[in-house]
Amino acid sequence: MSDQNNERGNKAQSAISALIAKLARQRPTRPGEIYGVPGSGNTIALSLATIAILLLVWWLITALGWVKPLFVPSPQSIVIKFLHVWKEGFTGSPLWMHILISACRVFGAFLLACVIGIPLGLAMGMSPFIRGVFDPPIEFYRPIPPLAYLPLMIIWFGIGETSKVLLIFLSVFAPVALGARSGVRSAGIEQIHAAYSFGATRWQVLRHVILPSAMPEILTAMRIGIGFGWTTLVAAEMVAATRGIGYMVLSASQFLQTPVVIMGIVVIAGIAYLFDLLMRLTERRVVPWKGKM
Amino acid sequence: MRLNIENATVIYPGVEGGLPTEALQQINLTMDDRDFVVAIGASGCGKSTLLNLIAGFLAPSEGRIMLDGAVVEGPGADRSVVFQKHALLPWLDVRDNIEFGLMLQGHEKKDRNKVADRFIKLLGLSGFEDSPVYALSGGMQQRVGIARALTCDPKLLLMDEPLGALDALTRETAQELILHLWHDTGKSIFFITHSVEEALFMGTRLIVMSPRPGRITHEFNLPFSKQFLDGISARTVKASPEFIKIREEILAIVFSDVEGV
Repeated sequence: MSDQNNERGNKAQSAISALIAKLARQRPTRPGEIYGVPGSGNTIALSLATIAILLLVWWLITALGWVKPLFVPSPQSIVIKFLHVWKEGFTGSPLWMHILISACRVFGAFLLACVIGIPLGLAMGMSPFIRGVFDPPIEFYRPIPPLAYLPLMIIWFGIGETSKVLLIFLSVFAPVALGARSGVRSAGIEQIHAAYSFGATRWQVLRHVILPSAMPEILTAMRIGIGFGWTTLVAAEMVAATRGIGYMVLSASQFLQTPVVIMGIVVIAGIAYLFDLLMRLTERRVVPWKGKM
Repeated sequence: MRLNIENATVIYPGVEGGLPTEALQQINLTMDDRDFVVAIGASGCGKSTLLNLIAGFLAPSEGRIMLDGAVVEGPGADRSVVFQKHALLPWLDVRDNIEFGLMLQGHEKKDRNKVADRFIKLLGLSGFEDSPVYALSGGMQQRVGIARALTCDPKLLLMDEPLGALDALTRETAQELILHLWHDTGKSIFFITHSVEEALFMGTRLIVMSPRPGRITHEFNLPFSKQFLDGISARTVKASPEFIKIREEILAIVFSDVEGV
């Protein structure tokens, strides 16, 4: 009798465990989910949720009247301000004009920094002589905040466009040049030797091996560089500017127009983010092989 | 083709104030047409240094390297190198990688295509011409590397552990492929490996090297690659008593160097 019970119990047990096993199998295994490379996984949903929650908290604080609008204006007032400035302009210039002027300054300086910084960085990587000459000045000015040498720029180059573009240029130049310089080290000695064993000249090795293999680092340096450019924009437009997003933010702050300040910040962030997306896209197109060999 | 290495010595400067090391000491080696010379030895015995010397990447501290009566003074297209790995250019597809040497030498695209087509076919890479090299398996990547080295019609092919990064099965297939290529193209090959079995199977001559200082301690003439090319299967050749006997003999030599460390 007890044997029978036992048997029945065992049968039921194995049926249950089979069911559990089957259920467990329903879900596809995801290799590396637990013991994979730390940090892998998709984050878009979480990022969107974070943004939504931040907006919600912001809206709540203002809607409940915890903080005066002078300090933290409500999200909707920012949107309204944006539409208003878009239609009416700010200090006599339309918003798109401010954006265009600033973009020209930043991208102009960025382009200039790339055109000069990338070849110079490559040359620094290739030649101890050039590295020896240019390393001290670049390393000297690189850690100095642009605001510190802004007065010098103005004394030397006046209050026109030159000093503004130059200030942004300097902030982009150092990271781009240093990125290109360290990119020279990316080529494997085997790749270089392979080229030489086909009778390549030094110039051919630079053109066909060093430069292409430095591309990932150069593109990364460009991304970092343009980031510095946007950071420096407001400083560059502090003095004697009458147009530009940075100028808009600064002059709005003087009149305690907090919504315009925040709106300007969001616009700068938006443009910088869009450009970063563009750079990432370029990266995928230009160096699809990055990290694969 | 005649390669003469005469009393070549290579001394590396000491690292951080250490004593200079003698990577190669008084190496003498001659290679003729259709020679397949395999170098083997414990790590640090100077095999790669010797290959770099022949390739021209290094200059000997003493002695000289002669190729067809002229002193080797640097790398040149008459000596192509096949590396263990990382030597392909990932931004070029298979065809452009194979044509790389010809491109550097300034050949027209049309001529390059013609030569590359031949080696793409010869190495079984047809259908993969437009693939990015990083998408290929290790074995195929190595075939691209070999094809690239052959396009410039070198007198001497230098292979620096070309099969070292392959899995055992692919490796055996690749060995047979290289032997057939060697036989069909009539090139001379200098080949470095860590595998005694591979060394015995592939070479017509085997040099065994010892470290500190790097030097050639033994030389053997080998019949096995000829047996294979005469039609005996690779496994039969490698399992023959004669093969096993010499394999153990060489393993004993190499191990005695390792134990000395």
